[in-house]
Amino acid sequence: MAILVGRDTKLITVGLTGKQGTFHTLQSRDYGTNVVGGVTPGKGGIKHEGIPVFNSVFQCVNETAANAAMIMVPPPFAADSILECIDSGIDLIIAITEGIPIIDMVRVKAALKGSNSRLIGPNCPGVITPGECKIGIMPGHIHMPGNVGVISRSGTLTYEAVYQLTQREIGQSTCVGIGGDPVNGTNFIDCLELFEADKDTEAIIMIGEIGGSAETDAARWIKENSSKPVVSFIAGAAAPKGKRMGHAGAIISGGDDTAEAKFKVLEECGVTVARSPAELGEKVAEVLK
Amino acid sequence: MNVHEYQAKELMKEFGIGLLKGGVATTPEQAEKVAKDLGGNIWVVKAQIHAGGRGKGGGVKLAKSLEEVKQYANEIIGMTLVTHQTGPEGKKVNQVLIEQGCDIDHEYYVGIVLDRNTSKVTMMASREGGVEIEKVAAETPDKIIKVAIDPAVGFTSFVGRKLGFSIGLEGDTLKKAIKFFEGLYNLYVNKDCSIAEINPMVTTKSGDVIALDAKLNFDDNALFRHPDVEKLRDETEESAQELEAGKFGLSYISLDGNIGCLVNGAGLAMATLDILKLYGGEPANFLDVGGGATKETVQKAFSIILEDENVKAIMVNIFGGIMKCDIIAEGVVAAARELELKVPLVVRLEGTNVEIGKKILNESGLQIIAADGLKDAAEKAVAAAKGA
Repeated sequence: MAILVGRDTKLITVGLTGKQGTFHTLQSRDYGTNVVGGVTPGKGGIKHEGIPVFNSVFQCVNETAANAAMIMVPPPFAADSILECIDSGIDLIIAITEGIPIIDMVRVKAALKGSNSRLIGPNCPGVITPGECKIGIMPGHIHMPGNVGVISRSGTLTYEAVYQLTQREIGQSTCVGIGGDPVNGTNFIDCLELFEADKDTEAIIMIGEIGGSAETDAARWIKENSSKPVVSFIAGAAAPKGKRMGHAGAIISGGDDTAEAKFKVLEECGVTVARSPAELGEKVAEVLK
Repeated sequence: MNVHEYQAKELMKEFGIGLLKGGVATTPEQAEKVAKDLGGNIWVVKAQIHAGGRGKGGGVKLAKSLEEVKQYANEIIGMTLVTHQTGPEGKKVNQVLIEQGCDIDHEYYVGIVLDRNTSKVTMMASREGGVEIEKVAAETPDKIIKVAIDPAVGFTSFVGRKLGFSIGLEGDTLKKAIKFFEGLYNLYVNKDCSIAEINPMVTTKSGDVIALDAKLNFDDNALFRHPDVEKLRDETEESAQELEAGKFGLSYISLDGNIGCLVNGAGLAMATLDILKLYGGEPANFLDVGGGATKETVQKAFSIILEDENVKAIMVNIFGGIMKCDIIAEGVVAAARELELKVPLVVRLEGTNVEIGKKILNESGLQIIAADGLKDAAEKAVAAAKGA
């Protein structure tokens, strides 16, 4: 069953004909994802790598009955593409684009309220249900089907966690990259709720970062609501205060958004904490025993 | 991106925000002339650096004559100003802002930031202005009034009234304050700020509402649509290495340790610093080569890491997704040859094209310490840095 994406997913790529859009759409299709169309304004009517291209998301969704969109549009135009997908009523929007202005995302977030759409990202690796459907830029081959749900603000650090699981022959139900920006469509708690309701998920890895309160909010939610074991790592214990560590969201501003403060709240809420990023696989193996 | 106070105020002028008359000077003579042109008999001479706490550090002086203006400008220009935000090394002052004095009635705090919990732009105001607002927030948080602004609606009069009445303003002053708040909100949204902070905003005995100080930060991701803001960049205020790295799409931050790090992805790069510390090492830098790195950018990354003379070992940690391991390997080999690498190099590769990448490293004939997994890489890098 898994969450968000699976065999029933019908994907379109907005920004299909660009270099990155083409490469990652084909990688997703090779993995087994059902790619039904693409959008590039002004190129409607052609077939690109066998995929029909449309001028607008509206036309594309009408013709293909797609239920998921991957945004591979450059940052100045990405928010507009997300809004276009919301307008088309598409169920799931996954925005890979890094570097979207924050004010644009504030507007997108407001437009999502009351709409039919869920947004994952932006600035994220995407979502994968191993063996069924991959939408995004993660390397498919490191994953294996199984029962651990993965939620993360980071890209490559997620691959690291997944790799440690797969090496131990612990498979994943679904891996969700929620993105490293301060304003994102879906947060940890949204994903935790989905995993809680998913009978194929037995344990969850939550990978956070310094900055903001998303992890501590999630920890409190877990304490109240989660019946499944959660293992967590927070990146950035060694980061100095006031310096932005690559991700726009990864900056320590107050005192309660350091890695240490987050570890403390997670532990208090019954989450199994991995102090070292090399221990994630090991800790999951322990909680699954 | 950060700008100077005088630059922030020039932008604020466009949005109708109340300001004192002022001008910038880079020499004491200029300062005197600016003061003379402004007129009056009292002036404030303010050091222009990208940091707060300038007054306490001796960078803000009240002058009661043109001679004093000249004297203070002479003292401040060229000085190295140390404040709680500059670090112990301080910052060199290249210019001063000279403003007319004013008759302050009360000092307030006004700020705008993004509230991550609500994903809304949030305005804050407090009667406790002119002091460290972090302290007010920690000790008496109810003294800061916050209003989250719906992006679909924008600033409306009630937002201004709510803030204004809450901080005790009334009558004509309240009307002027509402205009002030609206201007600041419009500036924040239209120019893509990430922080707008006026501490203090003051009311004067003559009933004006004025921004005495101004701090604006801008969203780097939105600078492409604000060439007027980008033009205000003062490169002397930014780290030369970080700027250079940025030109190549590298995200680099210098740290105090001796293990140079080259990683792809911000999360993994942070985790790499963390694990080095866990094994008793001290990272010399954060460096994310990003997803679109080429052989050339990897070479550039190496040369930036090696400019730091403290570096005793380098740890390369790559988990190839978009980034292919063979490209990293080619860059590593080219850089090691070109720069005649003398410090030990620990390389951990995983993910896309890992076998080709490892082959390139093995056949290069270079002394590379291959690592298997994150823990192994960290242990080897820490040992290498200690042995060197």
